[in-house]
Amino acid sequence: MQKITVNHMSFKQLNNIIRDDKEDTFDLDDVHGQRYIAAGMKNKQIKIKGIPGNALGACLDEGSKITVLNNCQDATGDTMNEGEIIVYGNCGDTAGYSMRGGKILIKGSAGYRAGIHMKAYKDEKPVLVIGDRAGSFLGEYLAGGIIIVLGLNQNGKCPVGNFCGTGMHGGKIFLRSDELPKDLPKQVVTRKANEEDIESIKDIINQFCCEFTFDKNIIFNANFYVLEPNTTLPYKQHYTAI
Amino acid sequence: MKVNLIQSEYEVIRDQSRCINCRLCEKQCSNGVNYYDKKLKVMLSEEWKCVNCHRCVAVCPTHALKIVKSDHCFKTNANWSKHDITNIFRQAQTGGVLLSSMGTPKEYPVYWDKMLINASQVTNPSIDPLREPMETRTFLGKKKLDIEYDENHNIITDTKPQMELSLPVMFSAMSYGSISYNAHKALATAAQELGTFYNTGEGGLHEDFYVYGENTIVQVASGRFGVHPTYLDAGKAIEIKMGQGAKPGIGGHLPGRKITKEVSKTRMIPQGSDAISPAPHHDIYSIEDLRQLVYMLKETTNYKKPIIVKIAAVHNVGAIASGIARCGADIIAIDGFRGGTGAAPLRIRDNVGIPVELALAAVDKRLREEGIRNEVSLVVGGTIRSSADVVKAIALGADAVYIATSALIALGCHLCRSCHLGKCNWGIATQIKELEDRLDPEEGAKNLVNLISAWKREIKEMMGGMGINSIEALKGNRLMLRGIGLSEKELEILGIEHAGE
Amino acid sequence: MDRIKKEGEIRIPSGCAISGIISKKGNRFSGQTAIDSIRLMHDRSNGLGGGFAGYGIYPEYKDYYAFHIFYMDTIAKNECMSFLEEHFDLINLSKIPTRKIPSITDEPMIWRYFLSPLPTKLAESQLTEEEYVVRCTINVNAHIKGAFIVSSGKNMGVFKAQGYPEDVGEFYKLEEYSGYSWTAHGRYPTNTPGWWGGAHPFSLLNYSVVHNGEISSYDANRRYIEMFGYKCNLQTDTEVITYMIDFLNRKKNIDLKTVAHILAAPFWSTIERMDETKKLEYKYLRNNYESFLVTGPFSIIVSYQNGLMALNDRLKLRSLVVGEKDDMVYMASEEEAIRVIAPELDSIYYPKGGEPYIVELETEVQ
Repeated sequence: MQKITVNHMSFKQLNNIIRDDKEDTFDLDDVHGQRYIAAGMKNKQIKIKGIPGNALGACLDEGSKITVLNNCQDATGDTMNEGEIIVYGNCGDTAGYSMRGGKILIKGSAGYRAGIHMKAYKDEKPVLVIGDRAGSFLGEYLAGGIIIVLGLNQNGKCPVGNFCGTGMHGGKIFLRSDELPKDLPKQVVTRKANEEDIESIKDIINQFCCEFTFDKNIIFNANFYVLEPNTTLPYKQHYTAI
Repeated sequence: MKVNLIQSEYEVIRDQSRCINCRLCEKQCSNGVNYYDKKLKVMLSEEWKCVNCHRCVAVCPTHALKIVKSDHCFKTNANWSKHDITNIFRQAQTGGVLLSSMGTPKEYPVYWDKMLINASQVTNPSIDPLREPMETRTFLGKKKLDIEYDENHNIITDTKPQMELSLPVMFSAMSYGSISYNAHKALATAAQELGTFYNTGEGGLHEDFYVYGENTIVQVASGRFGVHPTYLDAGKAIEIKMGQGAKPGIGGHLPGRKITKEVSKTRMIPQGSDAISPAPHHDIYSIEDLRQLVYMLKETTNYKKPIIVKIAAVHNVGAIASGIARCGADIIAIDGFRGGTGAAPLRIRDNVGIPVELALAAVDKRLREEGIRNEVSLVVGGTIRSSADVVKAIALGADAVYIATSALIALGCHLCRSCHLGKCNWGIATQIKELEDRLDPEEGAKNLVNLISAWKREIKEMMGGMGINSIEALKGNRLMLRGIGLSEKELEILGIEHAGE
Repeated sequence: MDRIKKEGEIRIPSGCAISGIISKKGNRFSGQTAIDSIRLMHDRSNGLGGGFAGYGIYPEYKDYYAFHIFYMDTIAKNECMSFLEEHFDLINLSKIPTRKIPSITDEPMIWRYFLSPLPTKLAESQLTEEEYVVRCTINVNAHIKGAFIVSSGKNMGVFKAQGYPEDVGEFYKLEEYSGYSWTAHGRYPTNTPGWWGGAHPFSLLNYSVVHNGEISSYDANRRYIEMFGYKCNLQTDTEVITYMIDFLNRKKNIDLKTVAHILAAPFWSTIERMDETKKLEYKYLRNNYESFLVTGPFSIIVSYQNGLMALNDRLKLRSLVVGEKDDMVYMASEEEAIRVIAPELDSIYYPKGGEPYIVELETEVQ
């Protein structure tokens, strides 16, 4: 394992070390907002203390795992391809933007536009789990993959802000909540999660509980809603060809 | 009683004395215009379905067909054109947003046609490009102004990543999906043979085309379709698409029916699902966010690829370009509002944005005023129709041009402006297998190579006439241009003098 | 009648004659030699401009910048004087002595100043001393109407006028000056009369350039170099070439030979035949300094304190001959312009297109 005290090193220098070092496991200490950590990299195990900068793990690739012990800023896992990002604190805006595979697990809350434009293809199914609460525009333009918001400190209150799922045309959003968002667009259909739904997220919740030491029984002992695109009523600009 | 408010704009004229009822015109028309009347034993046409693409005319073995403009007309009115009236009929009947394709057909000024090129007489010799050296090699990317030497006093020749072109013409972005596999293949092979580049557009890169990587620009747009580290590494340069000339400020939508099995593979979304490119990149709400994306891509590809930022030509383009130049981009591509599209709302296409000539002049001037023109290369597109347009663009200040419509015409496009219908009879803007098969990628590539080689010869002729034997001496050389029939203000913006001055 | 536009308001192409002479040992000789050389090429000029640059002509003031300035009127003179006083210590000032020649008329007021930058102003500007002088020169030429700084280097000066060059030399009494190197120029503008400022040599700081030909890359070069604080007031080829040399050689510290290979870059086909290291170097230069490429016919002689450089365009569309005799080197558009002042030469050489011929002083000038 390679231990690096990052301090005020430039992001370019830091990524060069991570990229070129024969070592695949890194312990980054004293991180101060360095952007793009591990962008596009494969097979790197990185533990971060301090606050990483924007676009942490952008385009992250197979076999990589980033664990952040504090909060993250914006665009965490932007266009992430594979691998895992585990965040013990909160995330800023647009976590998981255009994610196409891999997992992001956030113990705390996420800001605006989390999981926006995530998409799935064949085996690649991105997963974003938010422990507490998500800001507005959660899953905007969602085209594929799974977003789960657990509302762990919300006491059954709706754990998302406004305009949840707007523009959603694929994928699934799970909300652990007793109530639904009040302003869902008509292009989104909702239902209570059935056994099959719960089964489908069991593994990921187990992993979440292992990572952050939660009792999975408490998590499952609550109501889950599933949000999906309304296939009978898609967004459709009404066009007239000339 | 059914009332037909909209009449066909064109008539299919058939010379019955020549027609041999071979029914080829019927088979070749995806719009179902031509049919055989068994009772009358003649070929007839339902001309209201005709988009005037000339496919039937071109395949008719006996030259029996022609398409003419219908003389059917409304009562003459200087304020209300036929198009104004029929579009109101259409919208009143359907409530729909008018959808169109390719560049605007409206009569906006084409400034290329209002500029004239210089030639040498007496004081300075013209050069014969056939017999004397005449150079068009072009490099795109940041230019250094300092020289550093190694211990042996050799120049350290590392530069920031650049693109090298044999001539300053590239094929601009058209996604696989908006155009066919064969069209993409023709563009890719032609780019390779010509020593220039084609652009994937926002549709990912088909696995068959990774071999053309050295001549490929991979695009990253707001939908991020098909974008992953291998894709980013596959091309020679990465283009961030912020806007398109034909539809500034709006995103894209490839309907599920066009997401065929193959398209689905390159876009990496399930077959039949809609591909939505949002209007903005949702990680870019401000110029500093663009910097974030530029460096995110640079970090992901370890600084090996120049980053192009493509914008639509809009009102404040000078300041926007200056912001882009300062955010780490290596190349700025400006797409003028007369540029083409596979589908755009009519009112946007015809009314939003500005001509590329004015945008180019403004941007080149602004970057020079700020002393940062060497920091970034400029590529312009949006109606580059001929080699003369290329020469004028370079003299105004462009490093290279992007062409798309010209390239499609070389592949057989007849500018019928019906791409959005997805039934292109020439096999270009379609995903229907039997239509696609009409475009032979090898022949298409040959036509593209012919076209660009011909332009290259003409560019050299014009350069030779000016006494310039290398393209860089033409770059921004506005003294080589004069305006014709332009106002003081237009001349001022273009930074040129009027003919006769 | 409509007023004919003055040079600088309009671009006037011109053909010309050039000549340059240097003593490698730094021995000073009379300006008369340069007059005699350029006189022979009378037919290459048309009486609309001639001039000379002499180096080593002000040994007694060699530590000060010598400004030669044209004033069109007293308003310009007063304005320029107050600018100079604000920015420099004026060590000496005088009219440049001239004699009346029938063919030379309409002369402006011609003044000479020996200056050094005001230390406080210089410190405030955060510029090098040379850059300070350059900025001041460009400032006066661009903004004070009717004032034109003809030259601004140390221990050198430019003398130019509208007329045939031999008459110009006589007008300025150049036989009374002696220097270790001289260049001369006779001009053939193709347009309306040039004016005094538009004659050659064109000079900035210690550089001066005489030039023959009309370049086709002018506006590409001009618009590029103007990014770096230069202002092409005269719209002449010589002016833009001088600025490019100043930028590359003085500001970017690129040696003159490399500068020549940037301005008159070899063709790609030539570069492709070079060995790998050279190929990469030349590719680097053409790529990064693309907008410094000068196309079209030109031959130039660049003077600087340590020597002379002759350079032809890469196709060699203009004539240029170099002759050597003992420590003297002669360069001219025509061989006879050399033979007339040095009939017996040790060697004669015809530089190839794009190949600089550089002569440097062998000793430090005293």
